Amino acid sequence: MKKVIMGNHALSYGAQLGRAQVVAAYPITPQTQVVELLSEMCADKSLDAKFIKVESEHSAMAACLGASLAGARTFTATSSHGLALMHELLHWAAIGRLPVVMGNINRAMAPGWSIWSDQNDSLSQRDTGWMQYYCASNQEVLDTTIQAFKVSEALSVPGMIMLDAFTLSHTYEVVDIPEQEKVDAFLPPFRPKLRLSSEDPRAFGGLTSPEHYFELRYKQQKDIEKAPALVAETGKEYEKLFGRRLELIEGYKNEDAELLFITAGTTGYTARVAVDALREEGVKAGNLRFRLFRPFPFAELRRLVGRSGRRVAVVDRNLSSGCNGIFFQEVKSALYGHVDGMPIFGYVSGLGGRDIALEHFREIAADALKRQPPAEEIVWIGVRK
Amino acid sequence: MSKKKTLEKIVLATERDFPIMPMSLGTMHHNRTGAWRNIRPVIDKEKCIQCGICWKFCPDVAIYVENEYPVVDYVYCKGCGICAEECPVKCIAMVEEEK
Repeated sequence: MKKVIMGNHALSYGAQLGRAQVVAAYPITPQTQVVELLSEMCADKSLDAKFIKVESEHSAMAACLGASLAGARTFTATSSHGLALMHELLHWAAIGRLPVVMGNINRAMAPGWSIWSDQNDSLSQRDTGWMQYYCASNQEVLDTTIQAFKVSEALSVPGMIMLDAFTLSHTYEVVDIPEQEKVDAFLPPFRPKLRLSSEDPRAFGGLTSPEHYFELRYKQQKDIEKAPALVAETGKEYEKLFGRRLELIEGYKNEDAELLFITAGTTGYTARVAVDALREEGVKAGNLRFRLFRPFPFAELRRLVGRSGRRVAVVDRNLSSGCNGIFFQEVKSALYGHVDGMPIFGYVSGLGGRDIALEHFREIAADALKRQPPAEEIVWIGVRK
Repeated sequence: MSKKKTLEKIVLATERDFPIMPMSLGTMHHNRTGAWRNIRPVIDKEKCIQCGICWKFCPDVAIYVENEYPVVDYVYCKGCGICAEECPVKCIAMVEEEK
């Protein structure tokens, strides 16, 4: 059934179709509608889930951890400062191997109190051990939510789904909402091997000496490393059932591109408009949009960037202060030693929700085509200097 | 009131022996906490009135009763001194360990 819905509601429908059993969340702009609709679904029984009201995001995640450990499929959603407040428990979920699925609306960090889009909130949680998906359409948000339950539960790794504030969270689009029976065929019930049970009582997360901690982290890493292959595999399975493929990195006119933009989130769709405009003007541009950022899809990035002789422009709506754009750093590091002499430049733009528009991509293209490598410094796009 | 069975420490040789989660594999019987102790309770049977208060208060269940008198299980006793504190006739002395 096709419906016109906002990005936030695409998360709610994803959790409903995924048959989440426990939802614990705290409202925050611009995430509020995710939780509003889920609470209505729980109230009118269209979602058979326990809705746990909490006093903070820290408590929301704590409730999700307990529920997940007890064997329930668990969902929550937050944004920016809410995500930051969860930080401690994000580690607890990941090392505790609890496959909680969460939506996070990318919103800039204060001060300069902001409710607008910026990826620094989720990228500050990059090293917690959560999978990170970045979405560019409401359809992709819904599809990713369903897929995330499947991948996370198979690997016992939690998953975070990102939407740009307002640009995606509050934008209404046509979304094909799949039938429940078909989703059930794709996503079986959650049946964890290890869980809290009175039949086999265990203590979880207790004191772990240096004799044991290291191997647990080794096993965690080995499992999260399986995720790119599993995302690709379940993405193809999803395509067979629903007609939409879920890729690790979405390529657009990238094969013959001499200038390759690398983007994430809705900026990736603006980039496609820019690619078409630049091609009309004779510049062979292309775009790669990260859909999965953690674990990092090394092999897929190398495959898509391919041959040397092209220029790469990474567009970051985030900044690691004192360093550079975070996607830029990671792309450079992933390609080092794999593609000889490729000029890779980093562009920081759109912080705090400032638009990254077609004119900015033109500016980026003009710079990237003439700039001499190697480039370590930040190229600022759209800042009033 | 039977004596606890001392269990061997669980040894995990390689990562393949580990569960994926940080979790307990046995009970506290496997956790031989006696090595933590730097003062040990010594019970003077002459003064003991067999009230059972030390047995009841021991947070590690490291006191058992044998022939109607309390006996400390030093494999588990951490030397916290609660038994000595609670004893109504002060028949438990906390003696420094000499190792």
